[in-house]
Amino acid sequence: MSIKVQNISKSYKTAKAVKNVSFEVNRGELFGLIGPDGAGKTTLFRILTTLLIANEGRASVMGFDVVKDYKAIRNSVGYMPGKFSLYQDLTVEENLTFFATIFGTTIQENYDLIKDIYIQIAPFKNRRAGALSGGMKQKLALCCALIHAPKVLFLDEPTTGVDPISRKEFWEMLKRLQQKDITILVSTPYMDEASLCDRIALIQDGQVLKIDSPENIIKNYNKIIYDVATKDTHALIHDLKNYPSQYSVNAFGEYIHYIDKESDFNTKELQKYLQNKKHINIEIKQAQITIEDVFMDL
Amino acid sequence: MKRFIGFIKKEFYHIFRDKRSLFILFGMPIAQILLFGFAITNEINNVDIAILDHSNDVETQKIINKIKSSPYFNVENQIQSEREIESEFKKGKVKAVLIFEPDFSKNLVTKKVAVIQAVTDATEPNVANTIANYTAAVIQNYQLQKKQATISQVKVDVQSRMFYNPELKSVFNFVPGVMTVILMLVSAMMTSISITREKELGTMEILLVSPLKPFQVIVGKVFPYIFLSIINAIVILLLGYFVFKMPINGSLFLLMFESILFIISALSLGILISTISDSQQTAMMLSLMGLMLPVIILSGFIFPINSMPMPMQIISNIIPAKWFIIIVKAIMLKGVGIQYIWKETLVLIGMTVFFIALSIKKYKIRLE
Repeated sequence: MSIKVQNISKSYKTAKAVKNVSFEVNRGELFGLIGPDGAGKTTLFRILTTLLIANEGRASVMGFDVVKDYKAIRNSVGYMPGKFSLYQDLTVEENLTFFATIFGTTIQENYDLIKDIYIQIAPFKNRRAGALSGGMKQKLALCCALIHAPKVLFLDEPTTGVDPISRKEFWEMLKRLQQKDITILVSTPYMDEASLCDRIALIQDGQVLKIDSPENIIKNYNKIIYDVATKDTHALIHDLKNYPSQYSVNAFGEYIHYIDKESDFNTKELQKYLQNKKHINIEIKQAQITIEDVFMDL
Repeated sequence: MKRFIGFIKKEFYHIFRDKRSLFILFGMPIAQILLFGFAITNEINNVDIAILDHSNDVETQKIINKIKSSPYFNVENQIQSEREIESEFKKGKVKAVLIFEPDFSKNLVTKKVAVIQAVTDATEPNVANTIANYTAAVIQNYQLQKKQATISQVKVDVQSRMFYNPELKSVFNFVPGVMTVILMLVSAMMTSISITREKELGTMEILLVSPLKPFQVIVGKVFPYIFLSIINAIVILLLGYFVFKMPINGSLFLLMFESILFIISALSLGILISTISDSQQTAMMLSLMGLMLPVIILSGFIFPINSMPMPMQIISNIIPAKWFIIIVKAIMLKGVGIQYIWKETLVLIGMTVFFIALSIKKYKIRLE
């Protein structure tokens, strides 16, 4: 077991940030904490990286207790905080050299580990970190967190504020790192990234709502979701919400995700209802269930 | 050790790439010392005065010539009556009027006493005072010459002599003072800002989650500033020595030792400030209000401690700068050795140890 969290609670002065959270991350696993802003993800990261002390509960990383053995943890994990936290006035290469030095290693020693990522930013190695684009900054931060070959990697919202292509590349990199026997705990507010994790914990308001693999979470979802679209989306949402047996109505890209309460729900009846409401170009079909749908229903 | 060197290297990058900190580090000391040395001074030179000579005889002419030839005064014009005095002052150019009574020479011979009145424009009290003293000095000097010529009677005359600073040059006071202010500013403010900057930018989070010990982070942050502050101290001493002819009568080695001690005490204050402030702005305000003002006001740099009210005098004892100024003046002007200033040195060492211990205790190994 690489990371073990048992009944962790943490309050700040005014609010309770994390409430009785427990989960375990296996060795070599890519584990995602999925939840909106303010769900308590960063607080959990800080507790696990020994930066904060929980009010209740216990946690350990690689068998080291986060309070008692904080020094051992600090020596061996890689941490990438949510905010871009490298030295903006140092160049790409200087940043990397600095972090290698303070961990008592060199770039050459662990070059293998960061090679795939580093070659992408190498053309800019003499540029100051502050002048890099968002995606480049994240890659540099990842290199810096990896340079000492950590066994466990903590990535707090690494893709927030990064363009979709860089996000995709970033996740591919994480997959490759996982192959090198690195346990990765990653958090993200983007639901589409959840399916790229081995297992995820859905977290909201400081509480874990569900822990499972993305496939299982979708498979175990017992409701049928329909994609509904008509010409007038605005009116459609309004009318669907007034449909007697509606369970939930959520905008989802070009479609409205509609769930009905009744087990004998018939799309024809809904079609008729919408026609009566003077909708045109009506389209109703069964939808692919996503993590977001599950999350919305929790 | 390699980690430590890597850390210090990074600090130097920060300093040399930030134009603002470079300016504070090197521009300000030079600007301040030149400003204090040249512009802010208690000495007077070429003050415009007017003469109202009611007797216009040989003696008054001699005295007027004497005054004209001194570098302190510039006789702007001769006025004819008392009524003109005020209008002269109102014009603003003339700062003092010397009035010779009627029958000056005659009185000097018959009554043995003749009166010269010095009327000064006291809108600037210090200048007025100084002018009055200078006038008295010039006339005394004239009397002395006259007496030597005609040894007539015995008269007790008080002659003062200013030790260590015979010409009462204000720069002798300003060089140690400015040095103290600059070292305090550079050491305390710059370190507290550079440590809080890491907090503000979030890099402190990464440094904490690294094998670096708190001690290494602090010393690594502080070390470049020790180095730069020493350079600053040397620059100020060189400027004082070569530009303002400030003597260094005591041991240079002792002076440097005391300076380094003071620098370290200021740095530990800077660390202390950084442990209680979360943003660079707070750190800067705390350094300026909490350190600079007491250093300028209560250290004896500008206002003499002896003439302060008792509570202020007591408070001044906890200002490290007060002790440092005493030490620097003693070494530079009196040329004394450690045997005369060991008490002050000990106070400074005690304060430094206290501040370092307090800041280590206050340093957070976690985020809250």
